[in-house]
Amino acid sequence: MTEHARHQMESKPSKKASSTVTMTQELIIEGAGCASCVGKIEQALNNVSGVVKAEMNFALRTVSVTGSVPTETLIKAVENAGYNAKSSLGQAEQDLLEEKEEADQGYYKRLIREMSIALALGVPLMAYGIFVGEMTITTGTERLVWLMVGLMTLGVMLFSGKHFYVGAWKSFANHSANMDTLIALGTGTAWLYSMIVVLFPYALPEMARHVYFEASAMIIGLINLGLALEIKARGRTSEAIKRLVGLQPKTARVIRDAKEVDIAIEQVLRNDHVRVRPGEKISVDGVVIEGQTSIDESMLTGEPMPVAKTTGDEVIAGTINKSGSIVFKATRVGKDTALAQIITMVKRAQNSKPPIGRLADAIAAYFVPVVMIVAVISALVWLNFGPSPAIAFAMVSATTVLIIACPCALGLATPMSVMVGVGKAAEAGVLIRNGEALQTASKITAMVLDKTGTITLGSPKITNIHLVHASNESEVLALAASLEAGSEHPLALSIVESAQERGLTLSKVERFAAIAGHGVEGLVAGKQLLFGNEKLMLDKAIVVSDVVDVAQQMASEAKTPIYFAIDGQLAAIIAVADPIKEDSISAIKRLKNNGIRVVMLTGDNRATAKAVSEKVGITEFFAEVLPEEKAQKVAELQMQNEIVGMTGDGINDAPALALANVGFAIGTGTDVAIESADITLMRGSLHGLADAIAVSKATLRNIKQNLLGAFIYNIAGIPFAAGILYPFFGVLLSPVIAGAAMAFSSLTVVSNANRLRFFKAQAH
Amino acid sequence: MIFNILGLILICLIVWWFWLYKPTQVSANEGSITVIVEGGTYQPSRIKLPAGRPVTIEFLRKDASPCAALVLFSDLDISEELPLNQSKSLVLPAMSPGEYAFNCQMQMYRGTLVVE
Repeated sequence: MTEHARHQMESKPSKKASSTVTMTQELIIEGAGCASCVGKIEQALNNVSGVVKAEMNFALRTVSVTGSVPTETLIKAVENAGYNAKSSLGQAEQDLLEEKEEADQGYYKRLIREMSIALALGVPLMAYGIFVGEMTITTGTERLVWLMVGLMTLGVMLFSGKHFYVGAWKSFANHSANMDTLIALGTGTAWLYSMIVVLFPYALPEMARHVYFEASAMIIGLINLGLALEIKARGRTSEAIKRLVGLQPKTARVIRDAKEVDIAIEQVLRNDHVRVRPGEKISVDGVVIEGQTSIDESMLTGEPMPVAKTTGDEVIAGTINKSGSIVFKATRVGKDTALAQIITMVKRAQNSKPPIGRLADAIAAYFVPVVMIVAVISALVWLNFGPSPAIAFAMVSATTVLIIACPCALGLATPMSVMVGVGKAAEAGVLIRNGEALQTASKITAMVLDKTGTITLGSPKITNIHLVHASNESEVLALAASLEAGSEHPLALSIVESAQERGLTLSKVERFAAIAGHGVEGLVAGKQLLFGNEKLMLDKAIVVSDVVDVAQQMASEAKTPIYFAIDGQLAAIIAVADPIKEDSISAIKRLKNNGIRVVMLTGDNRATAKAVSEKVGITEFFAEVLPEEKAQKVAELQMQNEIVGMTGDGINDAPALALANVGFAIGTGTDVAIESADITLMRGSLHGLADAIAVSKATLRNIKQNLLGAFIYNIAGIPFAAGILYPFFGVLLSPVIAGAAMAFSSLTVVSNANRLRFFKAQAH
Repeated sequence: MIFNILGLILICLIVWWFWLYKPTQVSANEGSITVIVEGGTYQPSRIKLPAGRPVTIEFLRKDASPCAALVLFSDLDISEELPLNQSKSLVLPAMSPGEYAFNCQMQMYRGTLVVE
């Protein structure tokens, strides 16, 4: 983890530099073109007083500087050496968003201005054509008038449509073609034809002496209008990110030199002590060191109830302090906070594409040249077989084909829905890693749930101790706790806690060994101890036959019996129960109602597993599964042609999570990016699973609607434009209508994606 | 007749210009490379990179259209927002030899990394 730069609060004399904090900060270097620059930059930085060491990574174009110098001084030193540098901390997310919105707003205004000019000419011209008369050239005066109109149209095209022509030319020069190409070709052809009519009317048959200046002006106006509306609609697709970014406060009140000061959030350092008063937001991640409060974490986890926090508890940036005043020690700042990571992850997922979008991408890549070819073919057909004036029909049909095709609608269909869907999921506390996970989640047919920590709370408690060959409960517990103190198993923690609650002293354990899936053994106070399941006892030849009934009774009450042997003899059975999460039953019911096969996995014995599964309404379970067998169970289900979702806490379930079609990790709010999981649930509730599946289904449905719309539009629109209706009904689509259709097809796609914003997971 | 011949020639030209022609490569073996995003294109659009080590590419977006705001390297699972009129450094991980496409969200801006 990079230690974050300390922007000094006040400038201090350089002599004092040694007394200020020494830290490492990272700069991004721009304009370093050759390996020899490395020496120059490093030297320039090393010459700055207060710098201990400067090291450049040429491949990454970054330089890490250790010392106690403000970032600005370092940047200046690099600039003096002839290069540009900036802090790797970058700009605050909020500033970036605002900048983006400003840029979009500027572009929007420009488009509206350009649209108004184009329609100011196009609309009257079109009205004239419809209501007054044919726009044909028969007399000399008409020629003069239309020449004036033609030049005005050219002016409008250059003013309002400049970006289309420049874009078309640049991509043409680059051997590529895009929407600009189509618009430029379409409007250009219509204008050029009309100009030929004006300048050389006798080169064309009389019936073909028709001008189409209004089409060029209208198309440019309408497409600018469509683009402007699209920008507005696109802004709404990133609402979820805006909301997340908005959660972070801009300042924090830190305690430095025994004084409380308000500083910008970027300046908060790790280990700073931060004061938060009631009603304020938590600024960075940390651990409470003073005070008690309750914190509303619903914005991140979707968990509606405020969570009580006291000394030692974690607090998360972006959540709201409700009741008390607390001081916490910052543990993660800047880009490392859970909130920053969530934003990064959601953004990345929003921009990734599910497999369903690949076909559209492949088509989009060839689309424009294909449309150009279709336009040429259409013109040729009209010229060869069309009625007179064939040349005019050929021109109109080619222009209309070029204008009606809309590669943008095709290209936008998938990403816009993913953007909204992933954002919507994040709002419900469900973090989806990428588009592929989103798509697969919509197809899950079987869901495997780990028992401990997933269905249950994962914090087992001792319920009763049944003594066998022992007389003192406390002694048994003290020995067991001493042995378990070295173990990392969740059960171990509960044993140790119980012993501590009773005020028992623990002894040192020697020769401790964990036997995966079975238990632990070790030497405490000269006694050879064994603590684990029935299998462990049988393996070590310890007689358990006379307590089978006791163990079974415990198991049938959904408790886990653990056998404890001292010096080769069974001393006691300790029953431990892990309470089931309050809403596990209703969440499992929701999954089953969606037709999903729910399977429970546990390392626990069969009887306990059965009792728990019955309580939560699961009929299918695998008990006594060793950690390494979990992946195998997932594979078995996949062999039965199930699309398997696996849910675990992400610690010992990594292989199973990775193997499953979709791995769900149950997080606890802060461990955001659980590597092996495709989807991370920010809160413990299993309702997150049903929510994730519901969101992904809704998103996929939305993508399909968009793709279908875009395909039908382009596939059906092009033949209409080419004039397929003419032989039957005598109608030919006007280029102006095609322009309107093109402008609004991508807008339709974006708007349909925006409908997903109103998606609500089923109430629970 | 003349129109038909002209039309066929036009079709052939379209096929050749947009599909068969390979744009010239710009090599980024030495120093950093800046890709300018402007007028619906990446310039340069075909970039030769060395295999097996991370490389930095600078993107400078001059195009205000929202389509230009994102660049995606699907094979590398990278997507980055490009601020307007500011250069943005993008660090690409070490890649094995092959061709890697990069594009805008809608596949209208297209480029290729040629890793050798």
